[in-house]
Amino acid sequence: MESTSLIERILRGIAITVVILFFMFPIFWIFLMSLQTNETILRVPPSMVFEPSLQNYRALITGQLETQTGTLEIRFMGNLFNSFFLSTTSVAIGLLLGVPAAYAFARLKFRGSEDIAFTLLSFRFAPPLLVLLPLTIYFQQIGLANTYGGLIWVYQLIVLPLILWIVRGYFEDIPADVEYAYRIAGHDFWATFRKIALPLAGPGIAAAGLLAFIFAWNNFIFALVLASADKQPVTVGALAFITASGIQYGQIAAGIILSIAPTFALALYAQRYLVEGLSLGAVKG
Amino acid sequence: MTAQLTLQGVDKFYGPIGKGVHAVRDINMDIEKGEIIALLGSSGCGKTSTLRMVAGFEETSRGKILIAGREVQNLPPVRRNVAMAFEGYSLYPTVTVRENIAFALKAQRESDAQVDAKVNEVAEMLEITAILDKFPASISGGQQQRASLARALVRDADLYLLDEPMGQLEPQLRTLLRGRIKYYIKERGLTAILVTHDQTEANAMADRIAVMEGGVLQQFASPDEIKLAPANLFTGTFVGEPPMNVFSARAAEVSGDIQFRLDAGVELTYSADQFAPDLRAALLSRGEVVMGVRPYAVRRAKDKGGAAAQVVANQWLGDQTHIAAAFAGSTVVLVEHDRADIAMGDTISVELKPEDLHFFDPASGAAISHGTQMA
Ligand SMILES: Nc1ncnc2c1ncn2[C@@H]1O[C@H](COP(=O)(O)OP(=O)(O)OP(=O)(O)O)[C@@H](O)[C@H]1O
Ligand SMILES: [Mg+2]
Repeated sequence: MESTSLIERILRGIAITVVILFFMFPIFWIFLMSLQTNETILRVPPSMVFEPSLQNYRALITGQLETQTGTLEIRFMGNLFNSFFLSTTSVAIGLLLGVPAAYAFARLKFRGSEDIAFTLLSFRFAPPLLVLLPLTIYFQQIGLANTYGGLIWVYQLIVLPLILWIVRGYFEDIPADVEYAYRIAGHDFWATFRKIALPLAGPGIAAAGLLAFIFAWNNFIFALVLASADKQPVTVGALAFITASGIQYGQIAAGIILSIAPTFALALYAQRYLVEGLSLGAVKG
Repeated sequence: MTAQLTLQGVDKFYGPIGKGVHAVRDINMDIEKGEIIALLGSSGCGKTSTLRMVAGFEETSRGKILIAGREVQNLPPVRRNVAMAFEGYSLYPTVTVRENIAFALKAQRESDAQVDAKVNEVAEMLEITAILDKFPASISGGQQQRASLARALVRDADLYLLDEPMGQLEPQLRTLLRGRIKYYIKERGLTAILVTHDQTEANAMADRIAVMEGGVLQQFASPDEIKLAPANLFTGTFVGEPPMNVFSARAAEVSGDIQFRLDAGVELTYSADQFAPDLRAALLSRGEVVMGVRPYAVRRAKDKGGAAAQVVANQWLGDQTHIAAAFAGSTVVLVEHDRADIAMGDTISVELKPEDLHFFDPASGAAISHGTQMA
């Protein structure tokens, strides 16, 4: 049992409230913005009193952006779909490749295994802009530029190292003898991986997948350079709101709300996994 | 007849061969079908490493391992048909004890009724019926250990490797299970290797004991033989409780008798005909020897015949007395069956009978003789 005094609990409550206010206020403000028109948003001084309207959301969903100079076609829903498709597929492929690789790195100590694992990790700290230029040229030459396939491939740079290192830590935490006990009982390496290692590392794999999904979803630069309009995810698509006739703050806000909603929901739902995955997995030697 | 397990020149290096930790050195061993072997040795001497090589979890660095005539050192564990109870239990945390025990049987595609019957039988034998439906994390260490043992014994394997299977249990339960497990193994004609630190357990359960030290197999023989004829100084002093008394001695012929000069001026004289002629010759030609005598063979002399020793401790253990006395520059320990009416500082006279003496080579430690005969 935790023994905390009343004062301590009150102080802690206040501290948590302050932190939540600090971090959530921008999101809350954006939410308010998304329910207003550009005029009310740009009022000076700003005010919380306005007549909420869903007009921004309507515009996004129907794809008709009303500006002073007329209606503009936007493909926000297409962008949203792209984000979904690219992130989900990338994470799925990343898990398919990364989890067995993580298992191999955790269990089979072969010559150079540490070096390979580290090289994969180093993809994470190379600045994306550095690889983008050569990558664009190669992709154009081999016809991968502006394809889902090409994008998903590049997304592996983000997703794979993350999955590999987090999941590897989880596999290493499983006592090898538990697996040996299963293997000696008449199961092969592959069955042991499926029946013992995978279930025991399940939380870690889930955490890694969620995290990878969020990273993939938030990616901007790869998609900006490598994809044209019809393949762009929301992060890039939001640029369309900066129109010739001004910046459409209301729609941007609505777009932000729509695009963070999935990751936000995911993070809330899987909070426990995420915290565990981040604190247990990759940080351990 | 082919042995059930054969080790031929088996070496284990952790790390590169020739450079890494040399945990097991050139072990040669034949274990017959139906035998129970106890593997005895100090901590870190390579017992677990040996078992793991047999099971296939560690690569055999050099040499051959044959199970029931099949060469297995290059086969994966799944193809060796070996059951093992792990030193660290290693139960699967996500399933109940019952499922843990049944895992292997299910892999062998036995019917549910058959699996149930077998699981219940071993569980009853090991007194874990009550915890069968609990998860490993919610049972005690000793219960986990028995669950792990049950998981090994329930199987139908060519060889059973039991790595300290009862280390966590209290003496009463150990004694009870010792008998039951031995009966279970013998009744089915199973072959088992049992790692243990408990010499009583080794003596009670094993047909033969393998004594290891520093990765080297020191002696592989029946419990009696190990006690009566230890192959070297290590086995002599390691096996037996309390340990054998050892003294360095110098053998010489004095007016037809054999005299052993120990440290601190102690002299033990025996008439020459108490030793076989070849032994006499061997002792005299060597001069320097190590003399060993088991505590229960040391007697207090009633008359003046013995050598003087100063009592430093007298402990009544409830069923026997351990007396320690300063003797020949070190300490001699003797065991008596009744309480001894002597106090610290008393002088006693100890008598070492020639038939109870063991002699060892001081350099190599190899046994020269046991009793009055050459080793
Ligand atoms: N994975 C390993 N890597 C390197 N050295 C090891 C490894 N496993 C064991 N050793 C070393 O090999 C030697 C033998 O170890 P082993 O576990 O076989 O001892 P043991 O006889 O089972 O000891 P205990 O009675 O304590 O269980 C020890 O010196 C140990 O440090
Ligand atoms: Mg061990």
